[in-house]
Amino acid sequence: MTTATGSAPAPLLRRILLQGKYEAATMLRNGEQLILAVVLPLLALIGLTVTPLLDGMGDSRVNVAVPGILALCAMSTAFTGQGIATGFDRRYGVLRFLSTTPLGRAGLIAGKILAVLAVLVIQVVIVAAVALPLGWRPNLLGVLPGLGLLVLGAAAFTALGLLVAGTVRPEATLAITNLLWILLGALGGIVIPMQRLPELAQNTVHLLPSGSLGEGLRDAFLHGAVNGNAVLVLLMWTVLAGAAAIRWFKWN
Amino acid sequence: MRSPKSPVLTIDGLIKDVGPLPTLDGKMLRVVSDVSLVAGRGEVTALLGANGAGKTTTIECAQGLQKRTGGSITLLGSDPGTAGAELRARVGVMLQDGGLPPSARPIPLLRHIAGMYRNPRPVDELVQRLGIDSFSRTNVRRLSGGQKQRLALAAALIGNPEVLFLDEPSAGLDPQSRQLVFELIAELRDSGMGIILTTHLMDDAQRLADYVYIIDAGRNVAEGTVAQLLQHNMPEAPHRDHVRTLHFEALPGLDFTGVLAAEIEIRETRSGSYTATGALTPDDLAALTAWWAHHGIMPGSLSMEARSLEDVFLDISGREIR
Repeated sequence: MTTATGSAPAPLLRRILLQGKYEAATMLRNGEQLILAVVLPLLALIGLTVTPLLDGMGDSRVNVAVPGILALCAMSTAFTGQGIATGFDRRYGVLRFLSTTPLGRAGLIAGKILAVLAVLVIQVVIVAAVALPLGWRPNLLGVLPGLGLLVLGAAAFTALGLLVAGTVRPEATLAITNLLWILLGALGGIVIPMQRLPELAQNTVHLLPSGSLGEGLRDAFLHGAVNGNAVLVLLMWTVLAGAAAIRWFKWN
Repeated sequence: MRSPKSPVLTIDGLIKDVGPLPTLDGKMLRVVSDVSLVAGRGEVTALLGANGAGKTTTIECAQGLQKRTGGSITLLGSDPGTAGAELRARVGVMLQDGGLPPSARPIPLLRHIAGMYRNPRPVDELVQRLGIDSFSRTNVRRLSGGQKQRLALAAALIGNPEVLFLDEPSAGLDPQSRQLVFELIAELRDSGMGIILTTHLMDDAQRLADYVYIIDAGRNVAEGTVAQLLQHNMPEAPHRDHVRTLHFEALPGLDFTGVLAAEIEIRETRSGSYTATGALTPDDLAALTAWWAHHGIMPGSLSMEARSLEDVFLDISGREIR
């Protein structure tokens, strides 16, 4: 064996980029994650465009459906996908091992956020590639604010996913994040606009990360408007869940 | 505590509380109450103790994985509790549970970890040396215990560390892997690496360690080279060279009172299975065999060995199961 000489860390940015790339590749290779991240949102998109569920909400079914599908994509990757992956990595000691390498805990978290954003970009491209031929015509004024809001939504859901993954057993993380994906996806104001939900739900969903992201994205892509309320609610969830995750996340 | 020529790790009066635990009515549990040790460059330092003695907690505090409650730790001149990537790059860690992602393949995983360092060891060299090429197409999830351990060792060495932590390095190793890993550890030690390992296996410590700290119930109870420890608790023995353990099997329930010298302890460890430990002299052996002849007893088996580290360990930490 060669003898040890001068051990030094790679530069911080390189470590984070490497980890982001590695985690994104791991997520994309995982069949269950791909179903959750790509297949189910696309099925929902097609379902909403061929059924009259969203009729009367906007100028076309697909225009109303796509913002909600993008919100669903963010929840799939950031909350359910990253939550489950982190929960099992914690169980198997992967988080502990990587935090002893130069990557460290902060680099590990940064890499996870990067991986979520990378997968989200791929999801947006795929959804757009399917939706545009179906007649999706987003309000161009809303594209940039909409993408910004999508990133903020992903941040809120990542913080929530890490909070769950870091505090309960991985089997419980699996159950909680999958169940919430279904409940929030169907009834949380993500793909079905608030106005179509029961009256009781209407008063609460705009305070949820799901409802605020869904409504905010519809305001952006349908009307080119920035929904300040949605931004505030998502910021609040990001800060609260982030602080709670920092406080209660157990590494082993 | 000894003072090696070039210390890489110094732990002084380590205290670690965990909890609050619901099983203790929400109280904290002190898992390490007073551990001190020094590990040197170019040496293998072993923390020897039973499961639950506090060995892993001690080295996890030294690795910066756990926050200590009290005491001080200096690793390569820094406090591992607050140090950053510069220190972590100089320290290799092999965790007890491996800590490798189950869905990963060995070689891409090693390349990924190598990317975290500026001057990593060549991946191919470690792969070849640790026999990883024979299972390089298998997911971590499907590897045997020994294969996982070898991969975890490669992952710990990839960054060219100056200090290497090994938590129970021979767990799950088959005899061939164990030989391979032990030879590599000795070679790394000779190349100047400071190696700190935990083990509950006396044989590991006896074969690998230059210096041993015996940890029991969260504190140091003995330390020394293996040779020094083998003399432990035997200061008054007149013939140190004769410290031996004698095993034999005969009829159950025999009473050997007065047969051997008073300081020789003789116990019936299982029904009909006897062990005598101490500074046995030729006279003791003659007395014992004469006693057998007198009573017409022919032992079913008879063997003798130098006192083992296991005997020392049991003498020190007690023989009862906790």
